Amino acid sequence: MTVISRDDVQHLAQLSSLQLADDEVTNLVTDINDILGYVEQLSQLDTAGVEPTYQVTDLENVGRDDTVIDYGVSREQLLALAPAQQDNQVKVPKVL
Amino acid sequence: MTTISDFLHSNKTARQHVEEALEKVAANERYHALLSLTRERALERADAVDRGEITGRLAGIPFVVKDNFLAFGAPTTAASKMLENFVAPLQATAVERLEAEGAICIGKANLDAFAHGGSTENSAFGPTLNAIDTTKVAGGSSGGSAVVTALDVVPFALGTDTGGSIRQPASFNGVVGVKPTYGTVSRYGVVAMASSTDTIGCFAHTAADASLIMDIMAGQDERDMTTLPNFFTLSEPVKAGQKIGLIRESMTDDVDSEVRDRTNDYAEKLRAVGHIVEEVDLPMLKHSLAMYYVIVPAEVSSNLARYDGIRYGLRAEGVKTLAELYGKTRDQGFVTENKRRIMIGSFVLSSGYFDAYYLQAQKARTLLINAYNELFKTYDVLLSPVSPTPAFGLGENTADPIKMYLADIMTVPPSLAGLPAMSIPAGVTSAGLPVGVQLIGPRKSDAALLGLAGSLEDQA
Repeated sequence: MTVISRDDVQHLAQLSSLQLADDEVTNLVTDINDILGYVEQLSQLDTAGVEPTYQVTDLENVGRDDTVIDYGVSREQLLALAPAQQDNQVKVPKVL
Repeated sequence: MTTISDFLHSNKTARQHVEEALEKVAANERYHALLSLTRERALERADAVDRGEITGRLAGIPFVVKDNFLAFGAPTTAASKMLENFVAPLQATAVERLEAEGAICIGKANLDAFAHGGSTENSAFGPTLNAIDTTKVAGGSSGGSAVVTALDVVPFALGTDTGGSIRQPASFNGVVGVKPTYGTVSRYGVVAMASSTDTIGCFAHTAADASLIMDIMAGQDERDMTTLPNFFTLSEPVKAGQKIGLIRESMTDDVDSEVRDRTNDYAEKLRAVGHIVEEVDLPMLKHSLAMYYVIVPAEVSSNLARYDGIRYGLRAEGVKTLAELYGKTRDQGFVTENKRRIMIGSFVLSSGYFDAYYLQAQKARTLLINAYNELFKTYDVLLSPVSPTPAFGLGENTADPIKMYLADIMTVPPSLAGLPAMSIPAGVTSAGLPVGVQLIGPRKSDAALLGLAGSLEDQA
């Protein structure tokens, strides 16, 4: 059985872009191990030769005309949703 | 209880309907079922109905949407700090279609944040109380929508159901809850959770009302390419002598005895009108929750990556770098259950674990679907309880995520297979708590399931 350490949880948090407080990490170590322990039962199932199911419609390669759909939303409305904007662009802190 | 037909046959104006619904909201504030009201827009639309400018099959009928539907007139929070002040510039297709028939949205209902949970206790703004017993949970994640329907504030309300989020609260509050065939209703304008099982459905007092609402919302939408052509047929005659399979694995000693009793009572009612009910085996049932808690967190981790503090929603303050902005925004904007699911998703999708967890779960899902297909060769409908227990106490399961997840053990399997499943009121326990039974059918049998449920309502 896979056991997740505190370091593993920190690593998962980093992969998930979550900056967690220390006490939250402690609880998540327990919770994630409990959940992974529970789902471990799937290894008992014989799935040799079974295809995975990723979607449950019978739809395949649904297409539409290559024309612009009017969603009724303007650039100004969308930009206004951003917490910070400047010159018609979304503003963010420095990347590096 | 006031049905849609009661509304349509009353002599009151649309404004009176909306004002009365808003008064009922005020009288039921202690349940904390609603996060916001769309009062101004609702009254304007009511006046337009009264002037004859808006007409349709639901003209002047008030309803409520779960607060993960984008709708005009109030913010869409998904019961999270992340979207606390998010005012959408567009509406969900489901809301648009109801409005096109004259329905009037009066408010937005509480939920578990981002629809992650089974009790509405994960709302960032506090839990909703059960409509029948305020010491119990509303169920979830669409708890608020179930409670406003049960309290007769509105004749119907919208919810989303990914693994039981409509059916379980419907059962806990004694109303009809519809989780349609996957792809029935467009999800455009609804906050995404797990895209391979997310569906949109409704709460209502009767199966007939629920059918009408689903018929209006159903159908293809070029803005959600997973939608199916509308297959709904209203007032389809109920087939006599249907073969109904009562799922044996859902009636074990682990299930509350009164829940089993009410389910057996329902089976008797079906037999009394000439249907055949037999016990059937679905051994994959016991593994379904494990599949679900691999597949759904994987999809959640992907769908919730969009909440980055850049384009909309919360942005953490006092940060110097972009990485810090992401990390702090997401830490502050998500509740613990959101974080758990995102991190489990990151784990099962990571190289080294992908095959053992994610791929294995998707293969197991095929086995589950095969098992259903086999049963539907012989049976028209499958029957089980909705949840192993009636509504549990507030705070009772919050410390143990697995215990909370187990409340979904019977609702998750149809979701993984994309099947329609209805939560139908089936009486109460000795303590007066509602119990729901679940009717499950092959894909696109939604109208037939509701017809069957409706035919038994008439018996009562």
